[in-house]
Amino acid sequence: MERFIQVIVDGVATGSIYAALAIALVLIFRSTGIVNFAQGEMAMFSTFIAWGLYAGGVPLGLAILTTLVLSFIAGMVIERGLIRHFEGGETLTLVIVTLGLFILLNSLAGWIWGFGNRSFPSLFGDSTFTLGGVRLTVESVGIVAVLLGVVGVLFLLFQRTKIGLAMRAAALNPESSGLVGVRVGRMLMLGWGLAAALGALAGVLVAPRLFLDVNLMGSVLIYAFAAAALGGFDSAIGAVVGGWVIGISENLAGTYVDFIGADLKILVPLAIIFVVLLVRPSGLFGTREVARV
Amino acid sequence: MTRLLEVEGLRAGYGQVEVLEGIDFAVDGGQKVVILGPNGAGKTTTLRALSGMVHTNGRIAFDGRSLAGMRTAEIARRGVAHVPEGRGTFPELTVQENLRLGAYVRRDGAAVKEDLRRCYGWFPRLEERQSQPAGSLSGGELQMLAMARALMLRPRLLMLDEPSLGLAPIVTRQLFRVLGEICDEQGMTVLLVEQNAGLALDFADRAYVLESGRIALSGEAQEIKDNDAVRRAYLGF
Amino acid sequence: MSERTLRVVGVWALVVLALLVPFLFGPYRVGEFTLVLAYAVAVLGLNLLVGYNGQISLGHGAFFALGAYTAALLIEKGGLPYLLTLPIAGVVAFAAGFLFGVPALRLRGLYLALVTLGLAIAFPQLIKRFDGLTEGTQGLTVEQPTAPSWLPLADDQFLYLLTLLIAAIMFVAAWSLMRSQVGRAVQAVRDGEIPASTLGIDLARTKTRVFALSAGYAGVAGALYVLAIGFVAPEAFTVTVSLAFLAAIVVGGLATIVGAVFGALFIEFVPDYASDVNDALTGVVYGGVLILFMYLLPDGAVGLLRRIGRLVARRPAAPAEAGRRPAVAPRGRGLPAGKA
Repeated sequence: MERFIQVIVDGVATGSIYAALAIALVLIFRSTGIVNFAQGEMAMFSTFIAWGLYAGGVPLGLAILTTLVLSFIAGMVIERGLIRHFEGGETLTLVIVTLGLFILLNSLAGWIWGFGNRSFPSLFGDSTFTLGGVRLTVESVGIVAVLLGVVGVLFLLFQRTKIGLAMRAAALNPESSGLVGVRVGRMLMLGWGLAAALGALAGVLVAPRLFLDVNLMGSVLIYAFAAAALGGFDSAIGAVVGGWVIGISENLAGTYVDFIGADLKILVPLAIIFVVLLVRPSGLFGTREVARV
Repeated sequence: MTRLLEVEGLRAGYGQVEVLEGIDFAVDGGQKVVILGPNGAGKTTTLRALSGMVHTNGRIAFDGRSLAGMRTAEIARRGVAHVPEGRGTFPELTVQENLRLGAYVRRDGAAVKEDLRRCYGWFPRLEERQSQPAGSLSGGELQMLAMARALMLRPRLLMLDEPSLGLAPIVTRQLFRVLGEICDEQGMTVLLVEQNAGLALDFADRAYVLESGRIALSGEAQEIKDNDAVRRAYLGF
Repeated sequence: MSERTLRVVGVWALVVLALLVPFLFGPYRVGEFTLVLAYAVAVLGLNLLVGYNGQISLGHGAFFALGAYTAALLIEKGGLPYLLTLPIAGVVAFAAGFLFGVPALRLRGLYLALVTLGLAIAFPQLIKRFDGLTEGTQGLTVEQPTAPSWLPLADDQFLYLLTLLIAAIMFVAAWSLMRSQVGRAVQAVRDGEIPASTLGIDLARTKTRVFALSAGYAGVAGALYVLAIGFVAPEAFTVTVSLAFLAAIVVGGLATIVGAVFGALFIEFVPDYASDVNDALTGVVYGGVLILFMYLLPDGAVGLLRRIGRLVARRPAAPAEAGRRPAVAPRGRGLPAGKA
């Protein structure tokens, strides 16, 4: 039983990491209308930057904070410098651009930092504590706390601030937004910046658990995509719930079901998605589309 | 009376199709001007051209500065509030959020709150539904929301695209009455585009008649209304 | 010279060039071109689904792999003559595509993309799992076709020409299908499902059949791949393959038949060229070229050729083509179907 709770808590922690990246995907999807294939690689790149700062002597917390800021800026630059050109055109073209960016970043990171792996320190250290007879790691709890904090901040941003309202408006209806003076391009830049920072956060949270190498975010991206889809690609809350469901089920399956070894672990969330989407094609929380002819 | 808006030789269209073939009109500060005309004449295109939503040629001077080539958001920031054909509201956002967006470019927080109160005064139905998503409003309420949203900008020029479209006659009359009251109270400058010539001519000071992309007729609204021959020839009633 | 004539001349020129390849290049290059032909068939299949029918698949690598393994196992463990394995691989992949296509009907854009991606990821894992049958990560060596003695051709030339023949058949079939009533229905579904259904088109049937057909094409391509390479292993069929096919249809030109050839050439040769430029920066060059391509040629290679053709034919662009696009283009929310 104790083990069970540990597995659940750990699953929620891993799920929170997927959720962070999933929120980034949802942000981009709702504002720019595409799935950014390169979101994971951008996060990986950011994580390497954090590692570089840390290895250079910067204290971990400061290194991560700096990385988040740099990632935010990078996200804005990518939107303005690359993505902007393709907005309003054929969606698939833009998807392929993000694919190209994926390939590019992966290779660039390898060129700069090599293709070997290295360890990345955890923000929370590796101590454990006991709660109600169950031993939990500070790290797991810390990750969940960070995620909840992030979601809280995003909620305040989007629901209670002027600029958050403008970002929502720009994503919902760019033309009407222009009529009230909202500069849609700038809102998109902000969205990409936020998404990049969220991705970086996901990266530095997951790196201590796996090894930091150029393929760090490969499977995390897929889990994040699945989490976002499960949540309906509509909201941060959906992404969080989706992430948790996936994190928990992945962990449960990996621990308790024998024939699922490391190889097939990734199939569990995918199978769940498939089943959920069969029943609710627009995800758990997605708004049903009303077809207008 | 200052000339607020001056348009000269305006051409606009979509791709290869030219809709406006060079029109001239003007709006003075505090004036209410209506552009009438049948479907397809180019009325909506005119407002869209002024809002930078279509490619234009010609001169558009707003308060002495040229608007030609400017982007929609910048034009709005100059104080031009445009209520488009589709109302320009955000169905997924609440009524309150829609109104707040209307005041997005303003920096005077206290005055914005005051204006919000005033809007609710003019349109009590909106206050009742302030926390509801705009998509749940009826046609008439939506039109009120659209107008209130535009007013929240504290615009120098209010542009309305066929406010009567899709509304029951009684709702339309009410809308124009409220609009008239607001304009008298605020000294608002209005450029209206309408198919419902009767109500519009009662409301406006000056009228232009647009036909196939050209101005066919212009003059004082009351004169046009009183002139039977003109009315029958151009406005069909 | 009219545009149409130019187009016909262009296609025939391509055919002639294709026929000359085995006699102009050495065996290694010819082998690469054989692979290009195999990929082209898969890319064409995907284009039928995505370009002509408006669905999405990030998982065609799985059907490709299915066809490859079907052919490999039939040849090595079943002793079947290799020619026979081609249609069988196609049918098996077609059936798999159909089975997949039925539940996929309910999914749009994003969700379909995810589920097909899941398929692409799952398949190589499944291959590894059932290594009793598939030889798992070790891979399976497959005997390759040799030139019959009565033909004055080297093995690589024969293999190339055989692949070319099969590919040509597949291309002509797809071309004539898309020009037929069925093809028009397929495209009508892409352009608007509700209007299409009011015209009496059975949406479910059309979409599942196109899905199955495109999977079948990928299956045949997989079999051709096996014959060309002589070896299968799960590592050859990762997600990368599916994504490469997707890139190929856009690079070649969405909703074109000939585009598949250009797309296949791109995904076969550009990574090679990229690693020649700088081995460590292969991805940077490849990714960069891909982005550049999208920048310069958003309509793909075929789009460029059509534009050139228009200029050469010196016909002014017909008003129906050039007009009717508003100066303010509505923001495209094309494939991943999000908010309208």
